[in-house]
Amino acid sequence: MAHTPGRRDLLRGAAAVGAFLAVDVAGLLAAFNWIGPSRLTPQAFLDAFNNAFGRHPGFRTNHAKGVPVAGWFDSNGNGAELSTAAVFAPGRTPVLGRFSAAGGNPQTADAPATGRGLGLTFGFPGGEQWRTAMLNLPVFPDDSPQSMYDRLVATAVVPGTGRPDPAAMTRFYASHPPAARAMTIIKQHPATPGFADSIFSGLNAFYFVSRSGVRTPVRWKLIPLQQALPPSSGPDALFDPLVRQLRAGPLRWRLVLTVGTRDDPTNDATLPWPADRRTVDAGLLTLNSVDTEATGNARDINFDPLVLPIGIEPSDDPLLSARSAVYAASYRRRTGENTL
Amino acid sequence: MTDTPEPKKFTPLSRVLHWLTAALVFAALLIGFVMVNTISGHGALVMVHKSLGALILLLMVVRVVNRLTHHPPAWPPTIGALEGKVVVLSENLLYTLLLLQPLVGWAMLSAAGGPVVVFGALRLPRIAPFDAQVFWILRQTHSVIAYTLMVVIAAHISAVLWHTFALRDRLIERMTFAMGRKR
Repeated sequence: MAHTPGRRDLLRGAAAVGAFLAVDVAGLLAAFNWIGPSRLTPQAFLDAFNNAFGRHPGFRTNHAKGVPVAGWFDSNGNGAELSTAAVFAPGRTPVLGRFSAAGGNPQTADAPATGRGLGLTFGFPGGEQWRTAMLNLPVFPDDSPQSMYDRLVATAVVPGTGRPDPAAMTRFYASHPPAARAMTIIKQHPATPGFADSIFSGLNAFYFVSRSGVRTPVRWKLIPLQQALPPSSGPDALFDPLVRQLRAGPLRWRLVLTVGTRDDPTNDATLPWPADRRTVDAGLLTLNSVDTEATGNARDINFDPLVLPIGIEPSDDPLLSARSAVYAASYRRRTGENTL
Repeated sequence: MTDTPEPKKFTPLSRVLHWLTAALVFAALLIGFVMVNTISGHGALVMVHKSLGALILLLMVVRVVNRLTHHPPAWPPTIGALEGKVVVLSENLLYTLLLLQPLVGWAMLSAAGGPVVVFGALRLPRIAPFDAQVFWILRQTHSVIAYTLMVVIAAHISAVLWHTFALRDRLIERMTFAMGRKR
């Protein structure tokens, strides 16, 4: 039979088990960002959004106000020169989408200067689906996740006053030159009267991969083919005319691919590409139905920019990974709030 | 003390499968906990995590077949009747959770509307309907199983260390290769 362990044996065993458990727990705590060098977490972004816009259970943490839409994309085949993605072969792909207002308050009153979003998913829920979340801006306001986070912190509502500290935003732009440069460009492109006549841009660069394996940096945008109804009065001054227009008939945009060169920045969406870059008209987006947010429609779709078909690959833009991470955390939280 | 006999070993295939699972599960758990708590590199970590999950699922199917066709070697006498019951229970629990966890992850991505992409480009079929509530329940389950695995695996490793260092029954040598034969 085995020997009876002595005191030294018990100490040896306790030391071995203790050392293992210490390493195990330390590893877990470091993974959770509780110990070790601190880093930006998705939760920190959700908290920063809530500090700026309040907590609204069941809604998206950002772009909380929105309407689901549906339609299709008619590809003319021109995009196939750049990418093998099925969506660019000649033919029709079904599309689900969501128009939205930037910010975390689902009851926000529409204002012309508020960022307008359009999330789209081509070919949902297939294996080759393509999701993109676009904005009516010429460039993205921030060059890095840290800049985006610092902006949110500067937007936080000051307790007691009910509004953000204006000096905090001034300090933010002073200490973030790329954000300040981006704001200058954005101000040169005032918003159009409505959603229907807005240009929506993907802003982040992606790589399109052709049949011969050539990787081309590409940015995409949607060019409207109609005027917008004038803004109405009241809190839904932009959404009301959009919904009326969609109920009256389809709205259309051209999907335009801007072809970058090796010298064009792919990791910084605050920097515009030169205006003379070649563009490819890839086809026509038609949106013809509108819905209120409900179970099973675009409310429950996470417009994760890293959901890409074969033929489109992410670039080195750090915002893509950051957006994917924060969207996932927000999606988990709101699906829970809509379940319980 | 040094006359403790070397215990009977698992078959070489069982030992290879065990250590391969250990490495993959360790990596999948660590990457899983890091990726939901980080924004930089999140996309790449998720891709690796999903690929590890697919490998673990394949490996676990092989292991279940191997376990059903090969009875493990007898325990050393240092494992008593009561401890034996705990060992059987925890082994069954580990097999169940390791088989279940990748399937829950796969179903969870399916319920979010997909796509389910592993190894960078391989598209797996969806195994659950698009349903945000189903997604959330599976997402919570995925976390609960992950924490349970952390506890059960920590208990498993602690028990083997205790037997090897305090009881000196050479228990770990049932699962080791040549390096265990020195004494």
